[in-house]
Amino acid sequence: MTNNTNIDKINSFQKQEQKQEMKHQVITFVLMIVFTLIAFLAVASDLDKIFVIPLILILAVVQVGFQFYYFMHMKDKGHEIISTLIFSGIWIAAVAILTFTTIIWW
Amino acid sequence: MSQEHSLNPENLPKDPAKATLEGRNKFLGLWFFLGGETVLFASLFATYLALRNSTAGGPSSQDLFGLELVFIMTILLLTSSLTSVYAIYQMKNYNFKKMQLWFGITAILGLGFLGFEIYEFYHYITDYGFTFRSSAFGSAFYTLVGFHGGHVVFGLSWLIAIMVRNAKRGLTLQNAPKFNTWALYWHFIDVVWVFIFTVVYLMGMVS
Repeated sequence: MTNNTNIDKINSFQKQEQKQEMKHQVITFVLMIVFTLIAFLAVASDLDKIFVIPLILILAVVQVGFQFYYFMHMKDKGHEIISTLIFSGIWIAAVAILTFTTIIWW
Repeated sequence: MSQEHSLNPENLPKDPAKATLEGRNKFLGLWFFLGGETVLFASLFATYLALRNSTAGGPSSQDLFGLELVFIMTILLLTSSLTSVYAIYQMKNYNFKKMQLWFGITAILGLGFLGFEIYEFYHYITDYGFTFRSSAFGSAFYTLVGFHGGHVVFGLSWLIAIMVRNAKRGLTLQNAPKFNTWALYWHFIDVVWVFIFTVVYLMGMVS
């Protein structure tokens, strides 16, 4: 009997913790929607492109950070190898894009 | 306890997806795959960025793209990312029915996205005569966006397959990692789309 009630306590604690986390996820989602709206509105308005392009690129990077760290849990413990993998991929991506945009000009 | 037993909150670990070695290996394996996918999409994005102004007299990005359609597609895919988070939340609560429900909603949103993308391509081909062979820009565009669309098709088939296959089994330590890895894959598809709508569509309409 005592054993059972202990387990119940642990489970209600876990549930509470998960509820809290789910709340953070929903906040993340709302922020992502807001960033998307800002990006689309910046393009729809007739602002200077020297201003708009860096803005939408920064918004995209922040949004992707939210996806990785919150939705895909990279902020949690035990994700060191995973971070290494993804950042290696991002590094190669950066090099590839830099190379292709500088060596091809016709 | 045998793995065949359905899980319930009284007898199980906090995260059923990572309770077994097999589950943890699947999790790591999927991230290896995603690292490789990053490189794949990097090469496609790099090619697109290099060739996006080579229109060969055909339609350019400003002639083709429309904000409304891309906005609807973005919202659909973003929302489907959130619904899959809800599904994983229900998995950790050992509520299999609700998990299936949220994954079902995710699949419907994904299908909606796919429908709009098919309409978009159809619209470009029939109304503008803009095809894969129109110009270097056309080839780069359809390869990049089409590859993403192909990933959505694959993701939806994968999800429907595991949902149907496990419908009568309930949640077990055997199948929890499968749903979890699928959700991670789906978030990655959304990550790629964030860059597509920014780099291809928004930047294409600005310059």
